[in-house]
Amino acid sequence: MKWTVVDTRKGTRCRVLEGGSGAPVVFFHGAGGLLRDNPFLDGLAQRYHVYAPEWPGYGDSTGDELLEDMLDFALHGWDLVDALGLSRPHLAGHSMGGMIAAEMACLAPRDLGKLALASPAGLWMDEHPIPDIFALLPYQLADVLFHDPERGQALLTGGADLSDMEALKEFYLASQRRLAMAGKILFPIPNRRLAKRLYRLRAETLIVWGAGDRLIVPAYAARWAAAIPGARVEPIEGAGHMLPYEQPEAFTRALVGFLG
Amino acid sequence: MKFTWFNLMPWPYLPDDFREKHRSVWVDIPNTLYDPRRGHHVYHTYLDQLEYAETLGFDGIGCNEHHQNGYGLMPSPNLIAATLSRRTSRAALCVIGNSIAGYNPPIRVAEEFAMLDVISGGRLIAGFPVGTSMDTNFCYGQIPALTREKYREAHDMIMKAWASDEPFAFDGKYNQLRWVNCWPKPLQRPHPPIYIPGGGSIETWDFCLDHDYNYSYLSFFGYLRGKSLLDGYWDRVAKRGKDESPYRAAFAQIICVADTDAEAERLYAEHVLYFFNRCLHIFPPFADPPGYRTMATIKFGALAQLMRQKVLENLTWKQLVDERFIIAGSPETVRQQLEECIKGLRIGHLFCLLHNGNMPDWKTRHSTKLFAEKVMPHLRDVWPEWKHDERWWVHPMDDRLRPEERRPGAETSGAEWAR
Repeated sequence: MKWTVVDTRKGTRCRVLEGGSGAPVVFFHGAGGLLRDNPFLDGLAQRYHVYAPEWPGYGDSTGDELLEDMLDFALHGWDLVDALGLSRPHLAGHSMGGMIAAEMACLAPRDLGKLALASPAGLWMDEHPIPDIFALLPYQLADVLFHDPERGQALLTGGADLSDMEALKEFYLASQRRLAMAGKILFPIPNRRLAKRLYRLRAETLIVWGAGDRLIVPAYAARWAAAIPGARVEPIEGAGHMLPYEQPEAFTRALVGFLG
Repeated sequence: MKFTWFNLMPWPYLPDDFREKHRSVWVDIPNTLYDPRRGHHVYHTYLDQLEYAETLGFDGIGCNEHHQNGYGLMPSPNLIAATLSRRTSRAALCVIGNSIAGYNPPIRVAEEFAMLDVISGGRLIAGFPVGTSMDTNFCYGQIPALTREKYREAHDMIMKAWASDEPFAFDGKYNQLRWVNCWPKPLQRPHPPIYIPGGGSIETWDFCLDHDYNYSYLSFFGYLRGKSLLDGYWDRVAKRGKDESPYRAAFAQIICVADTDAEAERLYAEHVLYFFNRCLHIFPPFADPPGYRTMATIKFGALAQLMRQKVLENLTWKQLVDERFIIAGSPETVRQQLEECIKGLRIGHLFCLLHNGNMPDWKTRHSTKLFAEKVMPHLRDVWPEWKHDERWWVHPMDDRLRPEERRPGAETSGAEWAR
C-alpha cells in the first residue's frame, strides 16, 4: 500500500492509502482515523484495489472547515470517489466511516457496488446509550474500544513514546483535531437521522460487528439489520469496537466472503 | 476603579467526601445532592447579599450563567438580575452573562437584556461569554468545533437587533428569522456596555478590540497566573493602536478580609478550601472537548490546560495565599496585594468574589463590609488619568424609579401615564 493525494472539486486535499488490484473498494475510517498499521487493508489489497482516504482533519488531509454537517461529509465521500476516478466501487466503512458510507449509499443508491459496514455509528437506541467518547480520559478510551484493552492501547498510540513531552503534545494536538472534526457529526449524540433514509438502500449490505463491542453494543447490529431488508449480520468473536484492528484476518475473511 | 460584588452562588451542602465519591461538580453531578427546601433559603441569602453590597457602595452587583454545576445556582442569570432590578436602584447589574451560542433563537437574549435594561433604568452590563465547554457543549449540546462560529452569529443578530429601527431578515447559518424586530429595546444607547468574559482563548482579544468591548478575564487562580494572559491582551491592544484605558479590562479575584491576617485564615480557610476542593472538582474531559478551543489557542497554552487539575490537588490555605490564588488578610494586606493586582494586570474593573464556597452569611457580610469600608476607598483612584472614562460603564436614566422604596397600593388615584 502507498500514500497518494487527491484534490476534490470542493477544495479539500486528501491523503489516500492505496494498493492492490481488482474491483475497487473504498474504505472509510472511523473517528480515530487510520492507525499506524492497518493489516486488514493489506489483506483486502490481496484481492481488490483498495482506497482508504483520510477525512479532512485527519493526518495530512486538509479542508477541515469545508465540512460541517452530515450532508457535507457524505457528499465529500462521493467527491472522493469522483476524484479517484472510480465507478460503482464497493463501499466499506468502520464506525463513523460506516455511518458516512451508509449515508452516501442512501443519497446515491445506484452508484455503488456492495456496502460493508463494520460496527457503524449513526443509530441511537435509548435502551443502549452509547458512551460519550468526547468525555473520556485518554486511558479510558482503550477500555471502551477494544476487547483486549492492553493490546488496544498499544495499537492506538502506534508505538509513540508518550512519556516524551513533545511526542505527547503532538499526539494530543492530532487527536484534538481529529475528534473536533468527528464531533461535527457525532456530538452530542451520534445520530443525524440516518434511520429515516435507510429505506433508500439498494446495495447488498453486510454488517459485521465485534461480539465484545462495548462502545456500540451488538444490539445495534440487529437494529441495522431490521432497517435494511436483506442485510446480513456477521458477528466477530474476540473483537470489540475496533474489530478491523483486533481481528484483521476474520474481518478480511468476512468482507471477501461478502464481496466475492 | 469600579468594584462589582459578585456571587457565584455555590451550593453550600456538598458532602465532605464529594471529591472521593463523585467525579465532577459539573455536568453529571448527582442532582440528588440538591435540596429545594434548603435551596429556597440559599437563594434568598445570596440575593440579600447582593442587595447588601449595593448599600455598602459597590458600583455593581454581578451574576453569571452556569448549568448543572455545584458552584453555580444560576442557569438563568437573567432571573437573578430581574429580582435585583426591583430591589436596587443604584448599582450596575452586571450579567456576565448569557452564553449566547446556546440560545435558540438568540433574539431571546436581545429581548431579555432589553427588558432588564429598561426595568433597571439603564443599569445593565451585558455579558456575552462563549460559555464553558461544560455549559455550552456538554449541558447544552452545541457542537464544539462549531461553537465559536455560532457564538459570533448570535452576537451579530443581537447587536443588529438592538441597533436597527426597522424589522429585518436574518439569514444565518445557525439561525434564520424572517422578522427580527427587538421589542422592547434597551434603554442605554446605542447599547448597554458589553463585556466579553474570556477563559483564555486568544481569539477573544481581537473580538473585543474589533468592537471596543470590555475583556473580562474570569479566573479563580489569581493575578500572578492571570498576568501572562492579560499581558498578551495589552500587547494586542497596543498593536491594534487602541488607547490603553484600564477600563478595557476586568478581572475576577477571590478576596477575604478580616481584622488580621491570622483571623482571615481562622474565619475563611475552610470555606475557600471548600470552593477549591469541591467546587472546582471537574472531570477533565468536560473542560476540554476536541474542537472547543481553536488549534491556535491550544498551541498558545500548550499543555497547560491539561496540567491544571494537578495544581488543584492538595491545596492549602498557605499555598493559596502565598501563590496569590486568593487575596486574603487584614485590610492593609488586602489593599497592598490588590493594588499590585490592579496595577499589574492594568484593570479598571474588579469582580470581587467575597462569598466563597460554603461561607455562611455573617462571614460574607463581615468580609464584604471590611472591604467596602477599609479597602475600597483607598483603591478608588488608582487610575486618575482615566477618571472620566465612562465608555465601559452604565449610563442610567436620571429620573429612574426606586422600586425598592415603593409599596404597592400607595399610588395616587387618578394619575395618568407620563407624557
